Amino acid sequence: MKIVVLIKQVPDTTDVKIDPVTNTLKREGVKSVINPFDMYAIEEAVRIKERVGEGEVVVISMGPPQAQEAIREAISLGCDRGILLSDRKFAGSDTWATSYTISQAIRKVGDFKVILCGKQASDGDTAQVGPGVSTHLDIPQVTYVKKIDKIDKTVAVVHRMTEEGYDIVETPLPVVLTVVKEINEPRMPSLKGKMKAKSAQIPVWTADDIACEPDKVGLDGSPTRVMKVFTPPPRGGGQMLKGETEDVSSKLADIIKSVIIG
Amino acid sequence: MDYLLNEQQLMIKELCRKIAREKIAPVAAHYDEANEFAWDIVKVMAESDIMGIYIPEQYGGLGGGVMELAVATEELSWGCGGISLGFAATGLGTFPIILFGNEQQKAKYLPDIASGKKLAAFCLTEAEAGSDAGGIKTTARKEGDYYVLNGTKQWITNGGEAETYTVVAMTDKNKGARGASCFIVEKGYKGISFGKKENKMGIRSSATREVIFTDCKVPKENLLGKEGLGFIVAMRTFDYSRPGVAAQGLGIAQRALDEAIKYSRQRKQFGHSISSFQGIQFMLADMGMAVEASRALIYSAARMIDSGAKDISRASAMSKCFASDTAMRVTTDAVQILGGYGYMKEYPVEKLMRDAKITQIYEGTNQIQRGVIASSLIKESMA
Amino acid sequence: MTGGEKIAVILDKCVGCTLCVKVCPFGAITMKDKKAVIDLTKCTLCGACAEACKFKAINIDKTGSKSDLSGYKDVWVFCEQKQGKVQTISYELLGKGRELADKLGVRLCGLLLGDKMDTACQDIISRGADRVYYVESPKLKIYQDDPYTNVLTEMVKKHKPEVLLCGATTIGRSLISRVAVNIRTGLTADCTGLDIDMGERLLLQTRPAFGGNIMATIISPNTRPQMATVRHKVMKEAEPQAGRKGDVVKETLPEDMYHSRSKILDIVEEIEETVNLAEADIIVSGGRGLGSPENFEIIKELALVLGGAVGASRMAVDSGWMPYSHQVGQTGKTVCPKLYIACGISGQIQHLIGMKSSDVIIAINKDPEAPIFGVATYGIVDDLFKVVPMLTQELKKRLK
Repeated sequence: MKIVVLIKQVPDTTDVKIDPVTNTLKREGVKSVINPFDMYAIEEAVRIKERVGEGEVVVISMGPPQAQEAIREAISLGCDRGILLSDRKFAGSDTWATSYTISQAIRKVGDFKVILCGKQASDGDTAQVGPGVSTHLDIPQVTYVKKIDKIDKTVAVVHRMTEEGYDIVETPLPVVLTVVKEINEPRMPSLKGKMKAKSAQIPVWTADDIACEPDKVGLDGSPTRVMKVFTPPPRGGGQMLKGETEDVSSKLADIIKSVIIG
Repeated sequence: MDYLLNEQQLMIKELCRKIAREKIAPVAAHYDEANEFAWDIVKVMAESDIMGIYIPEQYGGLGGGVMELAVATEELSWGCGGISLGFAATGLGTFPIILFGNEQQKAKYLPDIASGKKLAAFCLTEAEAGSDAGGIKTTARKEGDYYVLNGTKQWITNGGEAETYTVVAMTDKNKGARGASCFIVEKGYKGISFGKKENKMGIRSSATREVIFTDCKVPKENLLGKEGLGFIVAMRTFDYSRPGVAAQGLGIAQRALDEAIKYSRQRKQFGHSISSFQGIQFMLADMGMAVEASRALIYSAARMIDSGAKDISRASAMSKCFASDTAMRVTTDAVQILGGYGYMKEYPVEKLMRDAKITQIYEGTNQIQRGVIASSLIKESMA
Repeated sequence: MTGGEKIAVILDKCVGCTLCVKVCPFGAITMKDKKAVIDLTKCTLCGACAEACKFKAINIDKTGSKSDLSGYKDVWVFCEQKQGKVQTISYELLGKGRELADKLGVRLCGLLLGDKMDTACQDIISRGADRVYYVESPKLKIYQDDPYTNVLTEMVKKHKPEVLLCGATTIGRSLISRVAVNIRTGLTADCTGLDIDMGERLLLQTRPAFGGNIMATIISPNTRPQMATVRHKVMKEAEPQAGRKGDVVKETLPEDMYHSRSKILDIVEEIEETVNLAEADIIVSGGRGLGSPENFEIIKELALVLGGAVGASRMAVDSGWMPYSHQVGQTGKTVCPKLYIACGISGQIQHLIGMKSSDVIIAINKDPEAPIFGVATYGIVDDLFKVVPMLTQELKKRLK
């Protein structure tokens, strides 16, 4: 049973600092990590393989050459092999072009039963690529999956998180599942996995390798355009309350009362 | 400082560091307070292949040696000096099998230890026999295909939690230390039982119990080496394991240093960070030098042992003695730098100080180590 | 430009001033031999550099083939319903949609899928819609990905709206991404600002980019409809106007469009012990400074006095002090209450993203350097274990 995991390399937001003068992000020395939500997808993929008792977990990531590191990490966490989608032609891809490109790669991998990814990426926060991939591939999807009750080679029963609780959904395979944090606790890498990851060959597929139509990738394939980027003015106007704890608490209580009562 | 670790050692260091920071450190205070063995962390270490790093590859390990054990223990102990013992004390219990076991014994016991399915423990100490191994009262009487063990071992790390015990018992009381033998005893054997978990000053999450043998029948195939070799097994095992205790102290000391530096940068007095005060700076410098010197000594000793060198007792004893004394001093200084906060349980350094103390005591007190070192030095000058 | 690159530095014009290096949000520009060099693997063609360059030395080819857009008109709002009840997010979108439709001089239409919801259609009209497209079928009573995707795709193809808004809810996000792929049009998630550029009738979609610290305005110049999602509580809800008139267009589509490959076996509601964070008007949050799960009691007590919900930072959740459902931030919930009180939270960016649009933010922290004070309306540098209980007492007196 072939399981595909889609991962994205993102800047480590726990590591990001803001320059207090320019109010922009300090990028120097910011580490790249696997999108935190994708970590749950990796773990779940490995668990499905363990549960079914056989299969292969294939990691796919689209990004610059250094995204190889993310794929290696995924292998150290139990994935079997990885593929990097990297091509200058992919530059400027929005979620439409990204989900198209990834779906082309999945077609090439072939014979997939489950495609897993995190519910969204922590840098873009769109949550659009998972559903986009399922649409390009014309297969069902279940988003915000927090538990897999049952899975075999033809059907899965999963819990989809909703605002009020969860739905129990039965879906035929192949299917795209986007997962949330509740689904598992990702394991630590293993030494044997790390060694395997170190020596793993990670093929790089270009637009031509996966038979992409030129007008569907990169900027040409992207319906959206970034018109401008700007730094919002700092919130500012903050006031520090100073003095003895008693006085400050009392002053604060007055403020809170006026905020609540309006 | 760069110790030119090889690729595999760097991987071990990096992974153990990750486990220490992400898995162990956040729960260390809880297990310390609860006086509870951290099985969930042992599981993490097992899944990450840490438990077998010093065990030969043909038995499911990674084929490393004392150096790998030391590097891992150092990093894990940064997170918690008690929790790391689930790993390190298993090493102590396993070395007798690695060093003196025959093929069948290794094939039977090492794979489950390497995979982390089972923990091990070494049983030497008794109420009246600590560093004086000749005073052992536990007996092993041969009866047909079995040895029958009777006696009580005290303060056994991993006692009750481990499945595999290497036990030193007297097969011939008349011969003193030369009458001791070493056996592999399984937790499932009839006649082995455990005392309650000791309530300790530090390394509280580590399980320390009495291990009691009452007509415990051990198959004769479980004798390690041959009869009378028990004392040698014990001494050789300690030569291999002491750098591990040293590394435990080192990890604790490094954590104390890190916490002290962090705090001194944050804490402001008289309008300045206290890290800008010379009084603090000199303390930090001395702590840093001592920690680095410990590391250099431990790594050198470990590499010497792994190289197959014959005379290792002195290097092994030096690393243990120096690093554990350093741990005690550095953790005490860290508490001092944190002042009132350092004395409070909300901050991690008081625990470090409590945890550090044991490293000066067990696997031979530092006074015994000094004895070993001195006699080796004197012997050398006489030759 | 070589090889059809979409962005290029015109070397003759580049004077090496490094302005572009400073503004690039993605760290894609470096200087080599006093000329700007753009790393195409990092560049997203956002255009910040071209805008900043005083010498017009950076050229971006942003053209694309335009299809005929003239047939598209009206602003649509996808009206999400659960158990026959239109969700408040839809009213929020109708409020904004009304504004946009007026600017464009077109109708505002609600799109509703469900069963036996005729009165809800009137409700949507009263909230500002001129027309409601209502697709009725028992098979649309409960949201399912396949039928909803099919119906929305079909309705958009048939009626050609120029703007389509949808809530960034679990349903909305799952559904609308699929529709955008089917229609092959642009979709922008989590917009915090929506406006119209009348020149090209463009929907200006502003959203936080990378961690909310930079804002980006995004357009879909060549395709229609222009689709955007908006999070709950970001826009103001449209108030109902009694007697407002509008028409309802009921549509029935071929049965096979309602077919779903997946099947819902059960719908489970979980009753939360606390107020739903996302809905709460007042949130009291605790972080690392609390030190232990027991200490969260003082946070809970303050929340109780205020009738608010309890939040937590990721650190507090990861340490097991509070369950994940209470986590505020990028990997937790985004909230925008009237009042947010952060106690012992340093203000890692990942937390700030989740709460910085709150109306009033009060921060209590020992460390005067904590980043949380950068977003706070009121800040107190003090021991939270002293301030919070005292504040609770003071409020008890005042709010009796």
